[in-house]
Amino acid sequence: MYVAVKGGERAIENAHAWLAEERRGDTSVDELSLAQIREQLSLAVNRVMAEGSLYDPDLAALAIKQARGDLIEAIFLIRAYRTTLPRFGASGAVDTGAMGCDRRISATFKDAPGGQVLGPTFDYTHRLLDFKLAAEGAVPPAPSAPPRREPTPHITEFLGQEGLIQREPESDAAPRDLTREPLEFPADRALRLQSLARGDEGFVLGMAYSTQRGYARNHAFVGELRIGRVMVEMEVPELGFAIEIGEVELTECETVNQFKGSKTEPPQFTRGYGLVFGQSERKAISMALVDRALRWKELGEDNLGAPAQDEEFVLSHCDNIQATGFLEHIKLPHYVDFQSELELVRKLRREAEERIAHREAAE
Amino acid sequence: MADQEKDTAARQGWMGLLARAPEAALMALWDRVEERPAYDWLRPPETGGVMVRGRAGGTGAPFNLGEMTVTRCALALSDGTVGHAYVQGRSRAKAEAAALIDALMQTKAADRIRARVLNPLAAQMAERAESRAARAAATKVEFFTLVRGED
Repeated sequence: MYVAVKGGERAIENAHAWLAEERRGDTSVDELSLAQIREQLSLAVNRVMAEGSLYDPDLAALAIKQARGDLIEAIFLIRAYRTTLPRFGASGAVDTGAMGCDRRISATFKDAPGGQVLGPTFDYTHRLLDFKLAAEGAVPPAPSAPPRREPTPHITEFLGQEGLIQREPESDAAPRDLTREPLEFPADRALRLQSLARGDEGFVLGMAYSTQRGYARNHAFVGELRIGRVMVEMEVPELGFAIEIGEVELTECETVNQFKGSKTEPPQFTRGYGLVFGQSERKAISMALVDRALRWKELGEDNLGAPAQDEEFVLSHCDNIQATGFLEHIKLPHYVDFQSELELVRKLRREAEERIAHREAAE
Repeated sequence: MADQEKDTAARQGWMGLLARAPEAALMALWDRVEERPAYDWLRPPETGGVMVRGRAGGTGAPFNLGEMTVTRCALALSDGTVGHAYVQGRSRAKAEAAALIDALMQTKAADRIRARVLNPLAAQMAERAESRAARAAATKVEFFTLVRGED
């Protein structure tokens, strides 16, 4: 028998009213403005833009406020919003070689042209809590030096000149888009990169870490890590030419990995690639390591059965909105499902008991 | 033909500047311009997404990185001049200002608009970029070698 259960409307309404009150917190404390979140919690904003897969700092700040700082909930809000936007088109591929770099470091070449530029980094801080931040106070301006005006070349270009690193095959083919068609396997590298770029930072980090610990180890060096702003250009049909439609901050990581060579390729270095919206370097490095691990087949390497080599495993589980949607739905009412499970267990028990009784009677 | 290419390059220049400009900076300058020509919407402001693409390895095959918000509109001045805007973000006011400026830049008002809006806007944006680049330059590592041992 199926019984429809209604009700709960008032409970839900009241729960949401209380949620709004709890979100606001103690009203004797000033309310957070979106500008404060955007400017002062900018790395949270960046993560929400990267995994929400929509570059808009003000919207990300709103989502963080609405989600009470729960970043996965905020990413969920952004993903939901982006589905309502008409798609105007796709940009040309951004030129990260022309990036205005805030930060640019290489772990492989000390004297790379353009130098090692640390930027506003947490590296080399002592990770001691700074109690000065508990009090409000003006920050002295950061020192400046004569700026670099020319673009900063990619480090891998230098290895490429000697033919020591595998070349990226050039192409202008329109990539497949997993927001427009369901993800199917095998996925090409463009789909893998799209999926990783919006994937959960923690998941991608864990996968990358597993390769470092020996599950399909690929000996990665950070050839280059750069953070800065690039122009976004799009061809506008009604104008008949391309225009810049904006500027986005990106983090790019190129890893240089050992490669012994294969039947068709001489020994050379190979690459892993990470590119993420905003200043998100942990994510960009992780993405590069996982990208490299997933390339085992095209590089003629052995499948060691490691999780990070399994694209079905990695790509099907890296999306935190898919994951949380499925995970959290099990807390919603399943009364009818459970009722049938209950009936089933009762029936099985009854049958088992009958079987025992039957056997005992026969003996 | 060469002139047309030059015109296109100039138009790409101001449209790109307007697209990237912070809304507050653009509106502050635009609000000081008194002339507000009459116009009709050809396409009222509409916010949408543009898929931003990167390249594998920075130079290889393109892939879809994620979307950005863009607002676009098109309008025609009473003399028929058409102004277009594709600007970053979700501001209708910014898109409207950008399309009007795009139209006015194709009229006799061009020099005034350039002097009062575009040039100061470009200078402000260049100054901001320069100040970031200067801070970055100050964090460049200057290596020095320690001499060790007997000789």
